[in-house]
Amino acid sequence: MLESIKEFASTFFVTGDPLIYGADVSIALTSLAILFVLTYYKKWGWLWREWLTTVDHKKIGIMYLIASLLMLFRGGVDALLMRAQLALPGVEFLHAEHYNEIFTTHGTIMIFFMAMPMMFALFNIVVPLQIGARDVAYPFLNAVSFWLFMMGAMLFNISFVIGGSPNAGWLSYPPLSEMSHNPGPGQNFYIWGIQISGIGSLATGINFLVTILKMRAPGMKLMKMPLFSWSVLSSSIMIIFAFPILTVTLALLFIDRYFGAHFFTMTQGGNPMMYVNLIWMWGHPEVYILVIPAFGVFSEIVATFSKKRIFGYKSMVFSMMIISVMSFFTWVHHFFTMGAGADVNAFFAVSTMAIGIPTGVKIFNWLFTMFRGRIQMKTPMLWTIAFVPCFVIGGATGVMLAVAPADYQYHNSYFLIAHFHQVIIGGVVFGYLAGIYYWWPKMFGFSLNEKLGKWAFWFWNIGFYVCFMPQYALGFMGMTRRVYTYGWDLGWAPLNIISSIGALLMGIGFIFQVWQISYSIKHGERDKTGDPWNARTLEWSIPSPAPLYNFAIVPEVKGQDAWWIMKEEMKNGEEPKKAELEPIHMPKNSGIPFIMSVFWFIAGFGFTFTWTWMGVVGLIGVGLCLFARSFQYDTDYYIPVDEVKRTEASLGRVV
Amino acid sequence: MEHAVTHHAHDHHDHHEEHEQLKVLGFWIFLVTDCILFATLFATYVVLRTHTDGGPIGKEIFEVPGFVAETFILLTSSFTSGLATLAMHKGNVKGLIGWLIVTAALGLGFIGLEISEFANMVQEGATISRSAFLSAFFTLVGTHGLHVSVGLLWMIGLMVQLGRYGITTVTKRKITTISLYWHFLDVVWIFLFTVVYLMGVM
Amino acid sequence: MSQHEAHGSVKAYVIGFLLSIVLTIIPLLLVLNHMLSKGWLVFAIMLMAVLQFIIQLVFFMHIREGEGPKYNVMALILGIVIVFTIVAGSMWIMSFNG
Repeated sequence: MLESIKEFASTFFVTGDPLIYGADVSIALTSLAILFVLTYYKKWGWLWREWLTTVDHKKIGIMYLIASLLMLFRGGVDALLMRAQLALPGVEFLHAEHYNEIFTTHGTIMIFFMAMPMMFALFNIVVPLQIGARDVAYPFLNAVSFWLFMMGAMLFNISFVIGGSPNAGWLSYPPLSEMSHNPGPGQNFYIWGIQISGIGSLATGINFLVTILKMRAPGMKLMKMPLFSWSVLSSSIMIIFAFPILTVTLALLFIDRYFGAHFFTMTQGGNPMMYVNLIWMWGHPEVYILVIPAFGVFSEIVATFSKKRIFGYKSMVFSMMIISVMSFFTWVHHFFTMGAGADVNAFFAVSTMAIGIPTGVKIFNWLFTMFRGRIQMKTPMLWTIAFVPCFVIGGATGVMLAVAPADYQYHNSYFLIAHFHQVIIGGVVFGYLAGIYYWWPKMFGFSLNEKLGKWAFWFWNIGFYVCFMPQYALGFMGMTRRVYTYGWDLGWAPLNIISSIGALLMGIGFIFQVWQISYSIKHGERDKTGDPWNARTLEWSIPSPAPLYNFAIVPEVKGQDAWWIMKEEMKNGEEPKKAELEPIHMPKNSGIPFIMSVFWFIAGFGFTFTWTWMGVVGLIGVGLCLFARSFQYDTDYYIPVDEVKRTEASLGRVV
Repeated sequence: MEHAVTHHAHDHHDHHEEHEQLKVLGFWIFLVTDCILFATLFATYVVLRTHTDGGPIGKEIFEVPGFVAETFILLTSSFTSGLATLAMHKGNVKGLIGWLIVTAALGLGFIGLEISEFANMVQEGATISRSAFLSAFFTLVGTHGLHVSVGLLWMIGLMVQLGRYGITTVTKRKITTISLYWHFLDVVWIFLFTVVYLMGVM
Repeated sequence: MSQHEAHGSVKAYVIGFLLSIVLTIIPLLLVLNHMLSKGWLVFAIMLMAVLQFIIQLVFFMHIREGEGPKYNVMALILGIVIVFTIVAGSMWIMSFNG
């Protein structure tokens, strides 16, 4: 009996590496500490009522933000481990297998569990406030989305200490990810972690599409809507068309692994290249799903801190909508070297270059907005200005990669690595960080310390160039991606050590940000006006943080930059129209999203270890939760006028 | 004063109506995403349909009477679910539940036929792990069957709710969405019938 | 449009049903009796499928109804474009391997 338990534990838990044991201990200690604090301060009820069951978009946004920052930390540690291994030739820090796992989890976590939730954090926190709505279209579904993401992320992350991490790269190409080459649970963790969170992402796409189309304040025509909301609309359109493809692709891989099918195997007619084709049909739009909201963030920030209306509003809208459709027609440029033939490669090379045009248009619009503006160099604006040259270089190297014949030279080299980090860090991460700095006062009611923010900014930026510029050259020198070590004779050592120093600088930048947040929680300037930046859009017209119902009175929108217009009117002495308060219709909290997601987690865990009974139990639980929800008819309530009046008065507003 | 109160009640009613409309729109968009899901499965099937690895081909395993029967049963159930919504708009609860029962029974018959079709194939050695073609076939047709099965459970749940609450704004919206879902599954089947079965036996 | 018409009538459902039956039987006969050459046959049966799809949309799913901007129709049209891209694109790209 004891023997069989021992044997089970030795395969169930990851063993053998001191780094892992260290992580085991720290995870156990952190969990105990959290349990202790919650119990000691009697916070379990509070946690359940205020957070686990909430359907409030603002709280859901904050939970997304916290999760994404934690994942940024984990993905960042992965990156630093890799750069430590590659700093010099022949380093014996990580062995080959461990290195494979780390580059796989780095990529997967950064895209699926860092960038996506950080984006959804901004969606949730900003969009309803910006369009003058009291919540999203489907608040319950919104909570489901969040908890599915959270459980998917947890499932993926426990592979670190239980069962073993996936090691077939961030997109898990077969045949390496098939049973024949990879029989352990690692790849199943990958499939189920992403599958569960992916369903949540799809639901978020539907939710925000309908929210933006149907829930705008009266008078806000589509062409008067702020650009960040437009960018969310564009991103949501891509999500609803791209994510089903990912779901199917991963499902097919799982059917191969679980039922012994032959979609992507090397035998019995399977075709691994079909997987590559399908995954990039999702993968390319995904890149734009992430970057378009960042463009939206920049558009808001540039206008606010230049004290001007955005230049070329219409061309911004059209370019975003064009990108959201065109992004579905460029996917082959990720595998030009597969051999699909000159006609196919030529078509996709041209479409790839063409999609650069609307992106270029936007760059000019931002520059012209700044031109002759009174620019204030606050941290959000710093990140925005740093983004422009960074993204231009990333775009230019992208066009180089789009030249199909030349791509045979760059493919899978460090040139490619440098390129996509430049557009993803320079575009997506800079954008989201700028957005977090910008909307932070709205979320929490205080600003982040500017001085520490500037230190963080310079460490990140200098670190970025020091890290990735040498990698372009390394690519040309023949260094391919995913190598875990190299010899002195290749001449790659000097550039690699520089690159590793750059990674370290970015890590220091992150530490500064953690410091900045913890410092500002205590000492940050409280935002009593609700409009700390003298901004232009509706979210700044209400107190910070926004009350539960967002708007006591739904605002009347008279044009683009609605809040700016209202402020101008007030300056001219016009009295804002008095409107009667009415009871506010709100959704009730529900525990079902959380419980259902726990069942998804159980199902995913069971299928990961091919414990079918457990998988089936999980799925039955999911079904029962859906039924329970379908039979709930008492799902909303009204906040009475008195309570709204009291809340507004306590926030210093008279209605 | 009294006027104000009725005005309010009216507002609340409008609010609900609007809310239910919003859910129908969301469901339409969900159906579009489901189209993409099936498109991906179709693409996989079309690319892999010739990859039989010396195993059985479509002509050998598809039985014409079986899939023709499935087609007409599903088509009829799509029609009867339409009649159910008609009864609903006339406020006829009994008619509504009656037509839903007919629809569900037809759906059940469809699933039964499909299971026996699959069982026969497996007995002849045409299993999911025999070839890429068969993997794609079982997954594509099976995913549709899974959708129909989920629809059946959902429909049963709604019949219970109808019995409990009658025809209200909320149950009306629920019946509207499930009937959209049911028609959508018939539409997907038209393409399965054409691309998988007809082209398979051609 | 009156309330009654907005949700279709028995007549409309019956017409839709009959048309669907006809559009199912024709391709079945074409295929089983080996009429037409292969290319034309594929074209003909696909055309019938698309027609039946449109009939279901109009007669059963009432796609033409509703007030305000028809976001469901827009989503469907864009969806069909993407569906076509996925299927035709895959066939084209993977054809080198056939």
